[in-house]
Amino acid sequence: MSIVTVQLGQCGNQIGFEVFDALFSDSHCTQGLCSKRENEAYRSSCKERFFNEEENGVPIARAVLVDMEPKVINQTLSKAVQSSRWKYGQRSCFCQKQGSGNNWAYGYSVHGPRHEESVMNLIQKEVEKCDSLGGFFIIMSMAGGTGSGLGTFITQNLQDQYSSSLKMNHIIWPYGTGEVIVQNYNSILTLSHLYRSSDALLVHENDAVHKICAKLMNIKQISFNNINQVIAHQLGSVFQPTYSEEGSFHYRRNPLGIDWQVQPPLSRLPTLGKRSLSEQLRFNTSIANLVVLRGKDVHSADVAGFKDPALYTSWLGPDNAFNVWTTQRAFSKYEKSAALVSNSQFLVKPLDMIVSKAWNMFASKAYIHQYTKFGIEEEDFLDSFTLLEQVVASYCNL
Amino acid sequence: MEEGVVNEILQGPLRDVFDSKQLITDISGSGNNWAVGHKVFGHLYQEQILEKLRKSAEHCDCLQCFFVIHSMGGGTGSGLGTFLLKVLEDEFPEVYRFVTSIYPSGEDDVITSPYNSILAMKELNEHADCVLPVDNQSLFDIISKIDLMVNSGKLGTTVKPKSLVTSSAGAFKKRQEKPFDAMNNIVANLLLNLTSSARFEGSLNMDLNEISMNLVPFPQLHYLVSSLTPLYTLADVNIPPRRLDQMFSDAFSKDHQLIQADPKHSLYLACALMVRGNVQISDLRRNIERLKPSLQFVSWNQEGWKTSLCSVPPVGHCHSLLALANNTCVKPTFMDLRERFTRLYKKKAHLHHYLQIEGMEESCFSEALSSLSALIQEYSQLDATKSMPVEDLPRLSVAV
Repeated sequence: MSIVTVQLGQCGNQIGFEVFDALFSDSHCTQGLCSKRENEAYRSSCKERFFNEEENGVPIARAVLVDMEPKVINQTLSKAVQSSRWKYGQRSCFCQKQGSGNNWAYGYSVHGPRHEESVMNLIQKEVEKCDSLGGFFIIMSMAGGTGSGLGTFITQNLQDQYSSSLKMNHIIWPYGTGEVIVQNYNSILTLSHLYRSSDALLVHENDAVHKICAKLMNIKQISFNNINQVIAHQLGSVFQPTYSEEGSFHYRRNPLGIDWQVQPPLSRLPTLGKRSLSEQLRFNTSIANLVVLRGKDVHSADVAGFKDPALYTSWLGPDNAFNVWTTQRAFSKYEKSAALVSNSQFLVKPLDMIVSKAWNMFASKAYIHQYTKFGIEEEDFLDSFTLLEQVVASYCNL
Repeated sequence: MEEGVVNEILQGPLRDVFDSKQLITDISGSGNNWAVGHKVFGHLYQEQILEKLRKSAEHCDCLQCFFVIHSMGGGTGSGLGTFLLKVLEDEFPEVYRFVTSIYPSGEDDVITSPYNSILAMKELNEHADCVLPVDNQSLFDIISKIDLMVNSGKLGTTVKPKSLVTSSAGAFKKRQEKPFDAMNNIVANLLLNLTSSARFEGSLNMDLNEISMNLVPFPQLHYLVSSLTPLYTLADVNIPPRRLDQMFSDAFSKDHQLIQADPKHSLYLACALMVRGNVQISDLRRNIERLKPSLQFVSWNQEGWKTSLCSVPPVGHCHSLLALANNTCVKPTFMDLRERFTRLYKKKAHLHHYLQIEGMEESCFSEALSSLSALIQEYSQLDATKSMPVEDLPRLSVAV
């Protein structure tokens, strides 16, 4: 099963490159700590998912690159070619000249409709190259204009056109102290719209990854390259092949088979009074957790700690909510590695922060004229706020 | 509207850079009279201007922005320049209009510069997307500072040639040359740094349309105070991080601003930091964290920073910083201008030169004055919120 990746904007394209590089490096790594046959199976499974075969043997990433200005895509393409190990398809890019000006409305309402056909055609071509489509992986940032606005528009289109395929959006949460002044507006508009059309939102916060670089990796002068490489490493450790339940020799067919859409049974939700945010979040309650273990002694690893019912919400016990994927083949030369993907209250605080700041700014009507200029009205903002307040409340009530 | 300056350019070292067909000159000049520039020459040359603009625009794959560069105190730049803004807005409504305006200093030798400036301000208020005000006094102060550093031989430091922000050719030019060349070079560097992220690659790009989007929260408040650092590079090869941090601190000092303003003691609505060279995101963040406590931001934009990282530094430097601030510290410049205007206008001094031009009436003056007063009022209102505590507003309550 294959995944088609859509890289949007500067962030999406920079990260996308690092992800494919990490996936390729790992799959061609010789120290897999497993048998040669095992390694071969791993490598070809990874290849099928993320790369296409070319005549002269250089794998081509199954990706579509989109940006509204040319510099980053050009850089990304040449970086891949320079590595001479893998590359992007020559005709897999869509580029314009003028950028989106950090304006969600411009990305969504102007670039979206204008370039809909071209971008969807490119994606279609990529899909046709897959024997069997597993789903879409859309990499975008929330703070800018192209990734956020155009990314949302494209996701909606994918929902219409490929409704039975999984759409997972990889969202980059901007630094709290500002990369873009209107990042909170762009973020709430992105999240509220994606909620209606995406199947899963996988989030990386710049602040959190920055801390990893500083505290865990002791990097002195942290660059975006460092940050992107950490993100790529984490994604790789989740998306590389793992054994499926059926047998230990076949890799899981659906790489994005994370079943996150859990509908709580309405009749059984306990009614709760209003509680303050800080009170509710004293303990991080999860809806679902996925642990991915790779490497030595993986079968004897003890995951009992993750099965503690106290970690989970009352209406979904650990039997349903907890999953483990394992594989003996080591990841990226690490003898043992573990990754955790969690659907929990972890993001409530950051989300609440963004909504709060956006709300304060909205109350003064600052910058709104930049959005109404392109058809996003105050009402659209209010709809977004309403939806996100509901999300915050739902998570708080777990 | 007179030939001398344009001719000098066409005979100078850059003559091949300019298209000799894309110029318009007249003979007599505008006599430091906004009305002559705006009404007389505007009307006379409107067609020609449009034709040449269209021709230039046709050569562009994607036209994003116009840069208008002029002075406020004279007649042509001020009058015809602002006339041009209106033409650009009508003809190319989707294209951004960035205006670099040289405001008259205190010791300005053009008597009617307050009139010209105020009349031009009204046009800037209404037809510009973004204005970068600059004044000669500040430019001159910066030059003096550099001269002092260069000539003092302080602690045996040597300034790297080619790194002076005042000279594109390097070398320590002596006083014989026109001081304006050095001063203008500073403004040239401002525009270079402004466009660097659009011209070169970087890990966090910033296009010109993002400047307007992030720094103009309300359409009328589009005046951005700029500062450039460093002014020169010392020949010291080992640049410790402290030097880098010093660059950030300097950007906020009132000595580095290109108009007479003190942003640190006024209110920020928004701030952009455009960094060039070997600076990474962690350096940027460290400095923002460090400087934030000493700056006051408006309540609804407490984290109002827009940042960009461009990999290519300017010639002769390892790194540089351009800070653009939407800050109430522009207010004194405007109030000063208003006062000088009022002093003249009360006595009706020199007014007849303007009123004798067809299309000019006293109402033009009073309208321009009230437009400026309204702008000053907006800034005053914002200043009043400076020391108010920041409260979180009650949020939407939703049913779950």
